[in-house]
Amino acid sequence: MDFSLTPDQETFRQTLRAWLKGNIPREWKHVGSSEIPRVEAYDLLKRWQNSLFDAGFIGLTWPKEYGGRGLTFMEELILQEEMAFAKAPPILNVLGVGMAGPTIIAYGTEAQKKRYPAKILSCEEIWCQGYSEPNAGSDLAALQTRAVKDGEHWVINGQKVWTSFAQVADWMMLLARTDPSAPKHRGITYFLLDMKLPGVTVKPLRQITGEAEFNEVFFDNVRVHESQVLGDVNAGWQVGITTLMYERLTLGFALQTRLRIALESLIELGRRMEKHGRAATKEPVLRQKIAQLWIDTECLRVTGARAITKLLRGEMPGPEASAGKMVWVETHQRLQELAMDIEGPYAQLWKGSPWAIDGGVWQHSFLRSRANSIEGGTTEIQKNIIAERVLGLPKD
Amino acid sequence: MDFGFSQEQEMLRATARKFLENECTSTFVRARMDEPAGVTDDFWAKLAEQGWLGLVFPEEYGGSGLGFVDLTVLMEEMGRCVMPGPFFSTVLLGGLTILEAGSPAQRKEWLPKLAAGQAKATLALTEPNARWDAAGVTATAKEGKGGFALSGTKLFVPDAHLADVIVVVARTAEGKTPEDGVSLFLVPKGVKGLEVKLLPTMDQTRKLCEVTLKDAAVPAGALLGGKGAAWSALARVIQRATIALCGEMCGGAQRVLDMTTEYVKIRVAFGKPIGTYQGVKHKAADMLVDVENAKSLTYYAAWAADENSPETALATSMAKAYVSDAYRKVSAAGIQLHGGIGFTWEHDLHLYFKRAKASEFTFGDATHHRERVAQLIKL
Repeated sequence: MDFSLTPDQETFRQTLRAWLKGNIPREWKHVGSSEIPRVEAYDLLKRWQNSLFDAGFIGLTWPKEYGGRGLTFMEELILQEEMAFAKAPPILNVLGVGMAGPTIIAYGTEAQKKRYPAKILSCEEIWCQGYSEPNAGSDLAALQTRAVKDGEHWVINGQKVWTSFAQVADWMMLLARTDPSAPKHRGITYFLLDMKLPGVTVKPLRQITGEAEFNEVFFDNVRVHESQVLGDVNAGWQVGITTLMYERLTLGFALQTRLRIALESLIELGRRMEKHGRAATKEPVLRQKIAQLWIDTECLRVTGARAITKLLRGEMPGPEASAGKMVWVETHQRLQELAMDIEGPYAQLWKGSPWAIDGGVWQHSFLRSRANSIEGGTTEIQKNIIAERVLGLPKD
Repeated sequence: MDFGFSQEQEMLRATARKFLENECTSTFVRARMDEPAGVTDDFWAKLAEQGWLGLVFPEEYGGSGLGFVDLTVLMEEMGRCVMPGPFFSTVLLGGLTILEAGSPAQRKEWLPKLAAGQAKATLALTEPNARWDAAGVTATAKEGKGGFALSGTKLFVPDAHLADVIVVVARTAEGKTPEDGVSLFLVPKGVKGLEVKLLPTMDQTRKLCEVTLKDAAVPAGALLGGKGAAWSALARVIQRATIALCGEMCGGAQRVLDMTTEYVKIRVAFGKPIGTYQGVKHKAADMLVDVENAKSLTYYAAWAADENSPETALATSMAKAYVSDAYRKVSAAGIQLHGGIGFTWEHDLHLYFKRAKASEFTFGDATHHRERVAQLIKL
């Protein structure tokens, strides 16, 4: 075992650290937990991602010819760590960078690979994900949005839901049913959909936080050119699953980073807030809970290192990698609950109250965290997957 | 960065697995539970033959000079078969203390014998106050003509009834800090004033003793390390032994998960294998997460110890806190998913459940180590 870096990796870390020090936007206020880009920060975050791209600090593992750096997951890990230490703003085009780009690089035609990935990294084009539907969430393969061939075009009709970033997105990763007679996993095709096409309607969906980060997206005879199919027709399920794998892996790195940032904020909050006449961090029960969060956050990092080692050795990540998302979710929700515990009665106050702690940011992230165990595969589905694919327990 | 085991380490694992599956069967373990010794001469000789009794001792003292990552592999395999006997006490308590605190002559006297299986050792640290810190040391060592007289009661001492030499932690002086004044003594068996009583324990695979010292006289040469200045060496021993214990616990937890996974695949209820039901699947998935996370933190601590990293103390406490909870939860979930059969004496699950409980409170439980983490991150 060896945790040391090569001289090149060490140089990379130092260069990056120096760059972050001088380039994090001064307007960026790091408070509370900010693992998900907030709607009001979109403009700032777009500029931030663009400056990361100009400096070459995004898409590290992507091939050079498609806008990346051709580096290894080790550099990606260093990047995420340094972003955490520097309390850097999150990546706005997170679904493009985490999912669309890697999937296009894996399945795209040369034309598609030349066209999309670089603009994803620069944040010139923002991506959203059109997977979930009102009747297809955990059971994603039950999706009903239809695509019917008409000459060189596919005509799309149907509806997607819980679509983050749809209101600002230029492109969507769209799964639609192209062969209703095939078994449900086999008749699905993966489209790269231009959100400006006629017939695409985005309706904001107000959520538990009161803001509309998610959307509903309706398709009314939307005509998509056949060149916009990613992979083969009716092979979209496999392509979509690849996307989800990348999501778990790369978003996994990023999420672990955000968790560490949130934890440092929480500790800082605990030092400021008083409990029974002493700092909350000195109150025995809260102190135990914070220490456990520290352990769990470090555990995610170290477990991630085990998974990356397998990748660097050219092996597939083992059981240690499967649980990452679910462990992150449980830890993050616990962290947000603990922020409320620390605030005590102040937890009731919302943004706008002069008494709200940190402008009410923790209340927002606390509420937002309830989605974590639902989005990107519910915790129940994750547990089924671990039981069936890792432990080999029988399916129904 | 490479956070995985080497080929040599994987080979050690395979060798250990095969050896222990043949030599340390459930029948063997159960026979040892019923006897005071907890080990047979034959089995002990074989451990020595494998080179495992000296695995982490330097070659000049008859060992193999390997590190704690290597040892973790072995401990996992030993935990996997709830191996009974004085391996832990001899190698990681008595032996390691002699290595860390002893003079070259003391090391030469004892370590080759321990590595060769010709002698056994242990460490008498804790007392009825059940503390793991220096303030818990109240046994006294009075310096007299040509030596020391030791008095006090030591409790939870593993395998003292088998040890040829007991390293006794005693206070030679009341210092400004609790650490100041703590000394170590090599007390050979049979010394006048030394009494060892074997205690009935819940985990019968781990033998614990009460060690009473009443003016037990030892020569000046029995002092191990600096007089009154032994705590730092001892702290290092406790840290490293804790990491090894975590490795053993991970191995046990993995075995419970394996047994449980196999069982829920074949046990049929309501016309289907119970592993088909989500209530069972989700519990099994939780077990896997606990086991894998426990391993991650244990491997990290073992790596830190081998590197003498300044993070070792924090890594050790993170691991022990997590692993203590994880092994307890996993072994309990194993019983639950087995149903009634898991509650029987006949099934091996209780061996793991009890070992989990014993290990949880050895070198501090999760609460103790979370507080250590809190201190170390300056909370």
